[in-house]
Amino acid sequence: MLDTLLPILFFSALALAAIGAVRRVRLWRQGRPSPVPLIRGLAAMPRRYLVDLHHVVARDKAMSNTHVATAGGFVLAALLAIAVHGLGLDSTILAWALLAATTCMFVGSLFVAKRRRNPPPRLSRGPWMRLPKSLIAFSLGVFLVTLPTAGVLPEDFGNWFLALVLAGVVAWGLGELFFGMTWGGPMKHAFAGALHLAFHRRPERFSDKHGGEGRSTGLKALRLEDPATKLGVEKPADFTWNQLLGFDACVQCGRCEAACPAFAAGQPLNPKKLIQDMVVGMAGGSDARYAGSPYPGKPVGEHAGEPHGPIVARQGTALVDAETLWSCTTCRACVEECPMMIEHVDAIVDMRRFLTLEHGNTPNKGAEVLDNLIATDNPGGFDPGSRMHWAADLDLPLMADKHEAEVLLWLGDGVFDMRNQRTLRALVSVLHAAKVDFAVLGNEERDSGDVARRLGDEATFQSLARRNIATLEQYRFERIVTCDPHSFHVLKNEYGELGGHYEVFHHSTYFNHLLVNGKLSLRAWKGGTVTYHDPCYLGRYNGEYEAPRDVLKALGIEVEEMARSGYRSRCCGGGGGAPITDIPGKQRIPDMRMNDVRETGAELVAVGCPQCTAMLEGVVEPRAEIKDIAELVADALIVDATAESASRDEAAEKTRRAAEEVTL
Amino acid sequence: MPHNAKSSSHAGLNVAVLVSVGRHPLTARARRADQDARAVEMALSMSDAAVHLIHAGGNGSDNEEALRGYLGMGIGEVNLIKQSSGADVVPALINALRDTAPQLVLTGTRAETGEGSGLVPYLLAEALGWPVINGLAQVESIEQGVATVLQALPRGKRRRLRVRLPAVATVDSSAPAARQSAFGPARRGELAARACASVPDELQAQWQVQPARKRPKRLKIIKSASARDRFKAAAAKADSGSGQLLSDVSPEQGAEAIFALLKEEGVLR
Ligand code: SF4
Ligand code: SF4
Repeated sequence: MLDTLLPILFFSALALAAIGAVRRVRLWRQGRPSPVPLIRGLAAMPRRYLVDLHHVVARDKAMSNTHVATAGGFVLAALLAIAVHGLGLDSTILAWALLAATTCMFVGSLFVAKRRRNPPPRLSRGPWMRLPKSLIAFSLGVFLVTLPTAGVLPEDFGNWFLALVLAGVVAWGLGELFFGMTWGGPMKHAFAGALHLAFHRRPERFSDKHGGEGRSTGLKALRLEDPATKLGVEKPADFTWNQLLGFDACVQCGRCEAACPAFAAGQPLNPKKLIQDMVVGMAGGSDARYAGSPYPGKPVGEHAGEPHGPIVARQGTALVDAETLWSCTTCRACVEECPMMIEHVDAIVDMRRFLTLEHGNTPNKGAEVLDNLIATDNPGGFDPGSRMHWAADLDLPLMADKHEAEVLLWLGDGVFDMRNQRTLRALVSVLHAAKVDFAVLGNEERDSGDVARRLGDEATFQSLARRNIATLEQYRFERIVTCDPHSFHVLKNEYGELGGHYEVFHHSTYFNHLLVNGKLSLRAWKGGTVTYHDPCYLGRYNGEYEAPRDVLKALGIEVEEMARSGYRSRCCGGGGGAPITDIPGKQRIPDMRMNDVRETGAELVAVGCPQCTAMLEGVVEPRAEIKDIAELVADALIVDATAESASRDEAAEKTRRAAEEVTL
Repeated sequence: MPHNAKSSSHAGLNVAVLVSVGRHPLTARARRADQDARAVEMALSMSDAAVHLIHAGGNGSDNEEALRGYLGMGIGEVNLIKQSSGADVVPALINALRDTAPQLVLTGTRAETGEGSGLVPYLLAEALGWPVINGLAQVESIEQGVATVLQALPRGKRRRLRVRLPAVATVDSSAPAARQSAFGPARRGELAARACASVPDELQAQWQVQPARKRPKRLKIIKSASARDRFKAAAAKADSGSGQLLSDVSPEQGAEAIFALLKEEGVLR
């Protein structure tokens, strides 16, 4: 009886899964077109899965092993079961292999079940709670029906009742694992996830065989040529199809939620819920069935959307509230943690673009800052002719005079901020001490466009970027050095698409070069314990975790690491225009970060970003002191007297020769 | 921030807003003029009113960008009355207003570029024979051709006025700030250009224009012991040595009082 029942079960499950797959693909195809290399993508998928995805999953060792056992066992078991029970191949070897695969899967399922007994709050419940049972049902059911085939039990073992029960168990497992995979059950993540890996919108973010690390963090430019096209994402269907596919791959593991600073601060954002809302919008319906943590302060069940309906309503509610989108600091902690390689920040900025460029609805100080950027090229609305006032006494070499220098020092908008001016002075003194040939743009410099872009104002970003590129084009320099990770990221990763390609260094990296080449000599650090705060735009965006630590080590500082450091560093709350849009929460992100500092007992926190300095120094005392790496290095400089006199000689030499030239 | 004057609808109300090309005080870049943009904001906040934007002036790509700033507030089109540079725009505006026949004309108190005398609304009102209100802070209601409005007076004071429409009203910086101008609609909106004979401003042609010199400001030295005293001094009304407040007087009496004052001050001889 099982002999007839099982093939029917397997093939109907497969057929239903195929129908579901077609329906699901049609949901994704509602999105805007986005060309992908089909074959190459599919060919790259296994490596992306085994290397890149598992690299992230393996940060949680237990979960990674569980997943390998369960998923590996399942894939093998499914293929073998189709052969053995579906096609009726009567091979003892295959049957034994199937027994092994189901055992492996069964063991994995037990671990899944164990984790689900007391799940951490970041995990979604709902249908996910039944998944371990379904996994057990499938593995156990298939195991048992395979026993006769493997010859362990006689072919006619048991009676019709037992056979029916077994068939029922297998059907349950098949329902979840085959049917549910394409009809929106928890197993959807396997189907959508595999295709998402193959057709990812940022194929360059995956590692390659040659040891390439794979990093792709720059936002993609919005095409502004055609006035008729809508700018940004208004409706779920305005995402590209592979973005929609990506949302569908979410396993609701909540790693993003656990990493999100805005969520922790009680602001109305939860990256996991946001992705789920996009899935709801793509299929149409309300978020009532969502079974994870909500946006803080926003009960589930009050929002609904449809593929061709607005995501953010001008009035009332739609799928997502605008303040959810404006809470994000674009810190990328969610993207860094996401095992499914979903790009939350891209999606958030896409939706912000619509709000800013089409609705004109950038909250709080947003409109003012954007107007300032348009009118004065800096967010504070300062006179662009006063950019160099802070350095009136420093006599900095200007590119306009020199035309050529080894290093172009990009100052950033910190020139208008008295706190950051101290950092800049320190930076300049270090460059002088190392005798670096540098020059600044002075009043020719403009805001890099970072804030405009994160606030969704792509037009202003591109205008600033184009003008900056044109300015930079006039001069010859080997590299750009800046103490602002935001400018650093934009110059390095986002100007390329608009035609500006530069070698850009963060000052910590550049200092490290100088130290390695023996250009700087430093006194040993004598202060108290020090911790280091990784700026998001230096660390997660650009993978620079080591250089700042090396510089601190060269100073003789032993960094007392915070629990959240390196790629897990917690944002200071200053990125993405978040201090400008200023969405209220229960606590402030910089306060949480200072608590992280407090836990290490450090008396000083070294930073490498004007934004971080401002945010962390805004925390009320008593708290650790905040100093930029440039300041620490400048304080420890040993200015070699002989070297100085030598350089003076050299300078004298130069003037003499110049004089000769004139007389000749 | 959108500021709804009142929940009552202004259906059928025809509002014209005169807009000019502004100039940023620091960088002199062309932009929407702040007060004119506030006037547009006020017009948009009157629910259901039909809003027309009119600009009369020269054309240049800078100007177009600046005018598009108004379109970005969610306006479909700006009526552009092309004028040669150095033209007096008042006759052209009078013609345009006669054609469109609005009940209410809103505009900024003075332009940020050009002559910036702030006289245009008065000249228009005079030519059209309409009343003029300055310093409009809010339109409270409009019923049967009579508008109840709040006029802004110095130091945050407000005065409620009732005015029979049609009328001209100017808006200054005490009116609610203009909404953000969005790039998409600004680019898509239409600048409906229309030629109109230019009347050269002969008087202005003879003028010589030079940048203003910054006048030194007299420092008010306050000797006071406590912060409270200093605050009081800073917030105190400027000494208005003499003067009189006239209320409930006939127009003739008012005019006489003004006339007397002007004579006393030597403005009129
Ligand atoms: S978005 Fe990624 S990290 Fe967040 S719940 Fe989904 S799969 Fe997990
Ligand atoms: S980028 Fe940072 S703030 Fe934004 S959703 Fe992700 S984790 Fe949260």
